[in-house]
Amino acid sequence: MRFAILTDIHANREAFQAVLDDARAHRADRIVMLGDIVGYGPDPGWCCDTAARLAGEGALCVQGNHDAVASGAVDGMSTLARRAMDWTRTRLTEAQRQFLSALPLTATVEDILFVHASANDPGAWSYVTSDTRAAPSFRATTARLIFCGHTHVPLLASEDANGMVREQGLRADMTIPLLRSRRWLAVVGAVGQPRDGVAQAGWALLDTATNELSFRRTPYDVQCTSDKLRAAGLPEALALRLLKGK
Amino acid sequence: MPVRPHTGLIIDGFTLGEKLHTGGFATIWGVTHPDHAMPMVMKVPTILDGYDGPTIVGFEVEQMIMPRLAGPHVPHVIGIGGFDVMPYIVTEMIQGGSFLKTFQAAPLPLSDVIEIAARMVDAVADLHRQHVIHLDLKPENFLQRTTGEMVLVDYGLSRHDQLPDLLAEEFTIPMGTFPFIAPEQYLRCRDDLRSDLFALGAMLYALATGRNPWGTPETLRGVRKRLWRDPEPPRAIRPEIPEWLQEIILRALVIDPMQRYQTAAQMAFDLGHPQQVKLTARAHKLRQDGWLQVWDRWRIMRKIRRFTAPKSVAAQLASVPVIVVAVDLSPEGERLARTLRTAVQRMLTIQPDARIACVNVIKTARMGIDQGTDDQGNNLHVVRLVQLKVWADSIDLPDHRLTYTVLDGPNPAQAILDYATANHVDHILLGARGHSTARRYLGSVSAQVVAEAHCSVTVIRLPEGPHGNAIGATATG
Repeated sequence: MRFAILTDIHANREAFQAVLDDARAHRADRIVMLGDIVGYGPDPGWCCDTAARLAGEGALCVQGNHDAVASGAVDGMSTLARRAMDWTRTRLTEAQRQFLSALPLTATVEDILFVHASANDPGAWSYVTSDTRAAPSFRATTARLIFCGHTHVPLLASEDANGMVREQGLRADMTIPLLRSRRWLAVVGAVGQPRDGVAQAGWALLDTATNELSFRRTPYDVQCTSDKLRAAGLPEALALRLLKGK
Repeated sequence: MPVRPHTGLIIDGFTLGEKLHTGGFATIWGVTHPDHAMPMVMKVPTILDGYDGPTIVGFEVEQMIMPRLAGPHVPHVIGIGGFDVMPYIVTEMIQGGSFLKTFQAAPLPLSDVIEIAARMVDAVADLHRQHVIHLDLKPENFLQRTTGEMVLVDYGLSRHDQLPDLLAEEFTIPMGTFPFIAPEQYLRCRDDLRSDLFALGAMLYALATGRNPWGTPETLRGVRKRLWRDPEPPRAIRPEIPEWLQEIILRALVIDPMQRYQTAAQMAFDLGHPQQVKLTARAHKLRQDGWLQVWDRWRIMRKIRRFTAPKSVAAQLASVPVIVVAVDLSPEGERLARTLRTAVQRMLTIQPDARIACVNVIKTARMGIDQGTDDQGNNLHVVRLVQLKVWADSIDLPDHRLTYTVLDGPNPAQAILDYATANHVDHILLGARGHSTARRYLGSVSAQVVAEAHCSVTVIRLPEGPHGNAIGATATG
């Protein structure tokens, strides 16, 4: 089985579509979305409908913090996120809001756990930014592979047989054998709003047959998305962030 | 590890036979499998009860790297077992056995040293091309195929620069084998392929002289000395060692990796072209540096924490390419040869550290005896060599990065291809003569080289007029 793992789509239609096309080109069998379908970006409705359609076709989708607040109370968000969220809410239909609010916090397939943020308390939306911060996730589950998002920056960590968790350096285009002697946690970079300085959609391809993971980057029409952001009157900082990828 | 290896154990279809070897960290067993007829061995790490981090991580590194390797210089992997039952790696058995015995017979006859050195360097060059730095090159880790190729084994300390480095933060002491470990590796750098070239240099030193360049240190303190102390020059120990060989050995052993050979391919090239090795003071040196010089180095080196490592293995290989230029020296090829030279000069502006190997092929008859001399009795090889040097005269490169070779053979394209393979060439430049019917049907040298080369090939043509003729020249067949 080849899983295309997408996260933090953030209402970026161009990036979402580009990744779906790229995933098909790489013969992905199943799409997994790790939450934050909406928020920040200019196309929340389209992204919601697409996620819902994919879910109907067998894709997995878990809830992110932006998805949760899109249908509930806005609190604990940065000013920028809150301004975008106020706008987002006016754009969503009741059905779309319901789809987002009904999403589960986690999904499990065999020995793989999918979650938006740190797995130890998924609804607390803690950021996994280092090996120290990855450790609680390993302690909270017996899953061999944990995939999450939320930070918008790719990261790979593994826990060895002695429970020592270490971050592993990443280079673009690495295909990583997920040794069975360890457990692994991957923060998949963001599709719709990368923050690691690369203005390309980030996602990951997991091949369970070969037991290999690759972090991928897919170029998309960044200019188009940022023009839409500006046209919608959303904060200029959001457009700049897409253009720079950070 | 719930299961321990023993004769008769069956695991994943492999039946363990005799124990062939007991090493410090692993045992090696002969195994059979109903689906695989070839002789195979199984390596099983010796994991002590309780915590045994270094052995486990080293074996994980091998399990990650080995399945990615291919070619004659690495063992072919047949099966891998997880830690849940019993960790193992099954590979083909290398029939020729270990190189250690040969090594222990050092000093060897010089012709053997040179021949063995070339095979060792070839194996390392091939590994580097696959993005792997071995980092524990020592005689035990070279096996020999019956066909002659050296096979590198034991990747427990290796670094694949397109895979996460599980060892990076695992240990606080330098890892490697003390007599052969490079200075930067002593400083805990794991990203420099030139560390392997240092280890090769140390082994060549030992093969030629019968001693290790820095003895057999048993403490890290003893290893550290190589950051300032130079080894005794090989020729001081064995005067019949040629100067060019001392140059190669000592160049591989330079403390600063920037001043060493930059790639195994470069080292292989020098071993293959001894008469063109540029001799420096290193070649003539007959005694160790004086105390004042050593003391000066010590003052600098005792404070050094790291040397600059290359960005990646691939980037390092690409930065110092070996480029072969095949030159047609016939009168009708003259204009083309000039254009080819301009192309070489241009290429050097973007790849200033390239090494240019100029070759010319003397076409010999398929059968019968060829005359090595022309009508006037001049040696053809010498004549061509002189012409080749004249052709290359305006290429602005230091002598040691510009070499000349005259090849011969019935099929010039094949001669160029063989030369390129033997010398780890990265790029071939050659001219193509015009389009004629005969050429189209009989095939041209350039077409065969383009079709069959394992490296990049650039074909240079003369600019053509609208009717297919080279401007100002007649296209020749």
